[in-house]
Amino acid sequence: MTTMQTTAPARSSRTPFLVELYRSALGKKYVMAITGLIFMGYVLAHMLGNLKLYQGAEEFNTYADFLRRLLYPIMPESATLNLMRVVLVIALVLHVVAAAQLTAMNRKARPERYRSKRDFVAADFAARTMRWTGVIVLLFVIYHLADFTWGWVNPAPEGASIYERVVASFQVPAISAFYLVANLALGVHLYHGVWSLFQSMGWVSRRFNHWRRMLAVGFTVVVIGGNLSFPIAVLTGIID
Amino acid sequence: MNLTLRVWRQAGPDAPGRFETYEAKGISEDSSFLEMLDTVNEELVAEGEEPIEFMHDCREGICGTCGLMINGRAHGPELGTATCQLHMRTYSDGDELVIEPFRAAGFPIIKDLVVGRSAFDRIIEAGGYVTVDTGSAPDANLTPVPKETADLAMDAAACIGCGACVAACPNGAAQLFTSAKISQLNVLPQGQPERYQRTLGMVEVMEEHFGSCTNMGECEAACPKGISIDFIAMMNKDYRKATFAGRKAG
Repeated sequence: MTTMQTTAPARSSRTPFLVELYRSALGKKYVMAITGLIFMGYVLAHMLGNLKLYQGAEEFNTYADFLRRLLYPIMPESATLNLMRVVLVIALVLHVVAAAQLTAMNRKARPERYRSKRDFVAADFAARTMRWTGVIVLLFVIYHLADFTWGWVNPAPEGASIYERVVASFQVPAISAFYLVANLALGVHLYHGVWSLFQSMGWVSRRFNHWRRMLAVGFTVVVIGGNLSFPIAVLTGIID
Repeated sequence: MNLTLRVWRQAGPDAPGRFETYEAKGISEDSSFLEMLDTVNEELVAEGEEPIEFMHDCREGICGTCGLMINGRAHGPELGTATCQLHMRTYSDGDELVIEPFRAAGFPIIKDLVVGRSAFDRIIEAGGYVTVDTGSAPDANLTPVPKETADLAMDAAACIGCGACVAACPNGAAQLFTSAKISQLNVLPQGQPERYQRTLGMVEVMEEHFGSCTNMGECEAACPKGISIDFIAMMNKDYRKATFAGRKAG
């Protein structure tokens, strides 16, 4: 055996901690978890804000305007909103790139697949389909932005308010169907992701471990339940 | 009882493998899975054929040598059971059993159902020990260890290194093995001096050979010793701290 060091191996002091962490697969899982937490905060706020649809056009459009003027006049108009968008885009890129790198590593770790059919015990549907539900959500997000944020594919006439855009879009059954499917995929993704991030972050304690799955289920039901209600409310005429 | 076996046969590490079908006749339901294979092998030898190579040693469920993928489950369908402790009463007359070796890049097939698990030794070499002074043994109870801590360390130390966690993991990851081997030392006072160096070293070598964890829990279900994936979370936490500490030391 070689001589022992009693401290951690010396590393280049110029390598920042986060870069050093990202080099390992464990570190990439931290990136998946932290960016996942950012998205959790975002989808919850997004759903809660959109509940204003039920209060009518004026309330909803005022809310949209409030978002654009967040922290105004300390910040220039739309600046806070754009800053949040930048954070979300960076988080998205990191989440997807880390996932792709980890997937490549895992493919390499089992070059010869099992020939017989696997009989999974603990690995549930959600855990095994993360990359597919992730891809569905990603494609949906792009469409969703083109629909409501940029308005490229929105059926409402030019100059329509955001409330009119939402209603016009969801009145098309195909758009509503895509929205519902994508949100179910997001729900499946959250069901595993919210639980999984506790493991990846090393948040473990015998006192709260059993709450982790309940939190994942509760969070998923609240966010996806709210989201699913919007197109259904438009299609059934509750919102018009 | 009579069974139909579909067994993976492979002449050597680089030889092409294939399934061969064997009839296991007159098997006692009190025999273990490995004894069933012994019976089949005796017939094969009597017919002048090559016996099926498989891994085994203590046959008491404590050494971690045996390990087969049986009908898509590492160590077969019984929870908390190594292949040698799996008994034929688990199955019914006429069942078909598909038997494959553990498959992972870190576990190359040597022959038939035998795989090399030296990658686990490489992980242990990277820090799975404590460095102690030679000389006379210290007094017992010189270092107080709380009961809960001792129990936790013992839970981790139950790992027999069979590799079922890697075999069962859809990603071919060795997180359960590595975290158990790290935690059994990292939770004890004796493991503290080398705690972070151990964690960094063992994780680095683990990632050279195996995949990454997606927290599916399949390893925990396959583990013959019921090792908890809590240890994986503990390893992740120590790895974060070790990386941070490593930078400060550098």
